[in-house]
Amino acid sequence: MDLFEYQARDLFESHQIPVLAGAVATTVDEAFAAAEKIGGKVVVKAQVKVGGRGKAGGVKLAENSTDAKEKAKAILGMDIKGHTVNKVMIAQAAPIDSEYYLAILLDRANRNFLVMASVAGGMEIEEVAHKTPEKLAKVGINPNNGIDKAKALEIAKGGMFPADVLDQVADVLVKLWQAFVKEDATLMEINPLVKTSDGKIIALDGKVTLDDNSSFRHPDHEALVDHASTNPLEKLAKEKDLNYVKLDGQVGIIGNGAGLVMSTLDVVAYAGEKYGVKPANFLDIGGGASAEVMANGLSIILGDKDVKSVFVNVFGGITACDAVANGIVQALNMLGNQATKPIVVRLDGNNVELGRKILNDSNHPLVQQLETMDGAAAKAAELAAK
Amino acid sequence: MAIFVNENSKVIVQGMTGSEGTKHTKRMLKAGTNIVGGVTPGKGGQSVDMDGKMIPVFNSVSEAMGATGANASVVFVPPKFAKAAVIDAIDAAMPLVVVITEGIPVHDVAAFYSYSVSKGKTQILGPNCPGIISPGKTNLGIIPADITGPGQIGLVSKSGTLTYQMMFELRDFGFTTAVGIGGDPIIGTTHIDCLRAFQDDPETKAIVMIGEIGGDAEERAAQFIKEYVTKPVVGYVAGFTAPEGKTMGHAGAIVSGSSGTAAAKKEALEAVGVAVGKTPSETANLMRKILNG
Repeated sequence: MDLFEYQARDLFESHQIPVLAGAVATTVDEAFAAAEKIGGKVVVKAQVKVGGRGKAGGVKLAENSTDAKEKAKAILGMDIKGHTVNKVMIAQAAPIDSEYYLAILLDRANRNFLVMASVAGGMEIEEVAHKTPEKLAKVGINPNNGIDKAKALEIAKGGMFPADVLDQVADVLVKLWQAFVKEDATLMEINPLVKTSDGKIIALDGKVTLDDNSSFRHPDHEALVDHASTNPLEKLAKEKDLNYVKLDGQVGIIGNGAGLVMSTLDVVAYAGEKYGVKPANFLDIGGGASAEVMANGLSIILGDKDVKSVFVNVFGGITACDAVANGIVQALNMLGNQATKPIVVRLDGNNVELGRKILNDSNHPLVQQLETMDGAAAKAAELAAK
Repeated sequence: MAIFVNENSKVIVQGMTGSEGTKHTKRMLKAGTNIVGGVTPGKGGQSVDMDGKMIPVFNSVSEAMGATGANASVVFVPPKFAKAAVIDAIDAAMPLVVVITEGIPVHDVAAFYSYSVSKGKTQILGPNCPGIISPGKTNLGIIPADITGPGQIGLVSKSGTLTYQMMFELRDFGFTTAVGIGGDPIIGTTHIDCLRAFQDDPETKAIVMIGEIGGDAEERAAQFIKEYVTKPVVGYVAGFTAPEGKTMGHAGAIVSGSSGTAAAKKEALEAVGVAVGKTPSETANLMRKILNG
């Protein structure tokens, strides 16, 4: 889960990482109240989970609370790269002397964590890495050793931080590591980390990604979920414990296993090229799925108004094809007249004969079976184009 | 020959007394796996009836190894307790630990992987993987044993069901070993480890490699193939249509910006001479052509 900037700010603050005063607002009145409370000049910042908001006009300096209200009015409701701005952060403005960069992230290739620290901040770190690599320290961190003050100082020196801020930067890095571990983050980035004109080191903007697998030990993370912009079908699927991603096509997809479902999307996309149709979603019913899970999945897909046809692609490993077939029959019985879209089914593997027989015996007018994945994908694409 | 496991593998199951552990222990026994014990802390001393075979339960991996001479472990322990279970196996210097569990926090995986490297005695396969099967010899994990039999193909895959699908497509040829390495951001055994082992295994004549979006493991595997692998390799990559920034089922399957795309992976593999199929069946046909000469 990616956090909004204001959530990252609050999280940093709760881990004693120095931040400026800031508050989130969803209306102009809230923005005014927040600016009033902070006092003086403030920055009004669009809260979107996408880069480049500054260039898009989503960050504005306000002279006072009345001005903040005006600026918030302009920013709220803006569209930034397809993301609607529903919230702004009102942040205290500070005179900035220098901008630095600090981040900890998961390093998949080296199977540990990576710290990146640079005296050159405020821009994309890829640009720093490309233009002035000597100013960027990249240090692998053994998760069982972590980052103590000595290690942090060494890293800050490697990132060419000036002597007068080394100690403060190292302190921030130690705290950032502690926060990274305690919150089960896979990314914590501070960009820019600034030195104010009075010499203080402050995290001015942050990006945080939390590991969804760790939610069992972080009940508080649930409150950070952005329900407002979650697709309603995705929300419904989540409630049913289904692994679903809404896409922008017309062929509804259900399969078992993440790899096979991704592959199914690709095969449908190829088959759909000549008809101009694409997959409408990703839905993995998982290994060992029961008839009930299948029925839940099918009813979500049939409830998607964009879907014109459905492709159920199951290779029974642990999942038994008869359970899948029963699930399809149950779902169709449950939905009755509401089910109006053609369903192409390809079953193979565990108990396939029985599964095919159940579907044949049910003789439902919407259901047809094909024996191969490629053939079934072509059929589903063709039906979606009608 | 087979890689990493064979008919001499003596296997314990961590989390055997749980529902998944019990179900799959029975399936593995039926497939001929030599399961010599289970580990559930606090339940040591019991024996569990697995469809007629009594399997002893131990409190720790070291106890189980001492009593049975086990040299491989399969972990079905739930995410919350998986780290402790794997650390227990590493502390006992268990040579191979196959972690089936899905949903382990990546900080826990990073910690136990790093610990296994520092101890230097344990190979980890997974987590979030279907395991490893050497048809006719042994089966550690949840790969169905009846899809196909022994043969000359080696298979390595991030995905479980695509492994089954590919084994099914090539069932008339059979496999030396099929390895599901798992779909998490951090995994113990990589494509490269498997490619090396298949190259070194005299019975493996050709290799199928299945990848998916996320990270750059396939790109690195391509580089390794160029440097080390002389046997024919065919590839398949899933996730061409995956949108940026969305996790596609597997925790590691995510395109971030321009990195981790299926197109980049396909290109990297093709650049080193690996034939990459557009669909699983096309990939199987590429392999078919190679084996039929």
